[in-house]
Amino acid sequence: MKDVSKIILEQVEDYNELLDDKVDTSAGDETVLFGRGGVLDSVDFVRLLVDIEQAVADEYGKHIALTNEKAMSQKNSPFRTVGTLSEYIKKLLEE
Amino acid sequence: MTSRIILITGTRKGIGKALAEHYLSLGDTVIGCSRSLPDWSENFPGYEHFELDVSDEKKVTEMFGKIRKKYGKLDVLINNAGIASMNHSLLTPFDTVKKIFSTNTFGTFLFCREAAKIMQKKKFGRIVNFATVATPLKLEGEAIYAASKAAIVSLTETLAREYADFGITVNAVGPTPIQTDLVRGVPEEKMTRLLQRQAIHRFGKFEDVINVIDFFIREESNFVTGQVLYLGGV
Repeated sequence: MKDVSKIILEQVEDYNELLDDKVDTSAGDETVLFGRGGVLDSVDFVRLLVDIEQAVADEYGKHIALTNEKAMSQKNSPFRTVGTLSEYIKKLLEE
Repeated sequence: MTSRIILITGTRKGIGKALAEHYLSLGDTVIGCSRSLPDWSENFPGYEHFELDVSDEKKVTEMFGKIRKKYGKLDVLINNAGIASMNHSLLTPFDTVKKIFSTNTFGTFLFCREAAKIMQKKKFGRIVNFATVATPLKLEGEAIYAASKAAIVSLTETLAREYADFGITVNAVGPTPIQTDLVRGVPEEKMTRLLQRQAIHRFGKFEDVINVIDFFIREESNFVTGQVLYLGGV
């Protein structure tokens, strides 16, 4: 099965096609998705998260909800970088 | 124009059935759902049905996953499924309250959320929710039904703003009583009084509702969102 980080990066690349100010994915797992140093506005970020949810469901056959209460209340946002989001998704997939 | 993909909830009978038949006859691809299978769908081989409760999140998300994979898009969602319970609030069991909010309000929210996830990909979508004249008329005996639908009005107005950037419009139609199962238990004298409070004193017809929905989902209605249209001049 495809690695979660790879899925996220593919979705970011796909989404980049719609953007003037693109997310630079050259840093791989360190790529900033949201927050300081990120280029996505909140609406773009919501749409990207939906794309990622769907791509993960397609690959792993399990629907995960990325924006649950737990994610919102974590001290270190799981949405910060590709790496943190990937770790978070893996945890959800194991639940 | 390529065939529209239209999802309608509560298609087993009543308005939902009439809507499904209407859009199937126009050549649209119609997907429906209800808790049990409809008995009319054999006449329409293209019709696809999902047997589910609209407030069952797992089943609902699974259904949307299947729709996304099969069609790759969803043009229209019509949140028709609804239940009512006509009773004085002093005689309304709490379980009934929960059931009505689950189907009417939570189900509508769930379907809006999942539909918008698919629609945003194509930057196009039309969502039509179901309000009711029972809310503005403040009908006694319908406190919970009217409250669950008042919440849908609020949802419609706010989701219209949240989804506007995605090219999705969200509107609601507020039917008057139509002679369906939903109003069958209401005494005739009460119904007559109710009709008197409308500007046009007659029962609604399926066609009245279909006409409003046709308008909301037209491509040309891309500047119409967050609106609740009450029938009968309420």
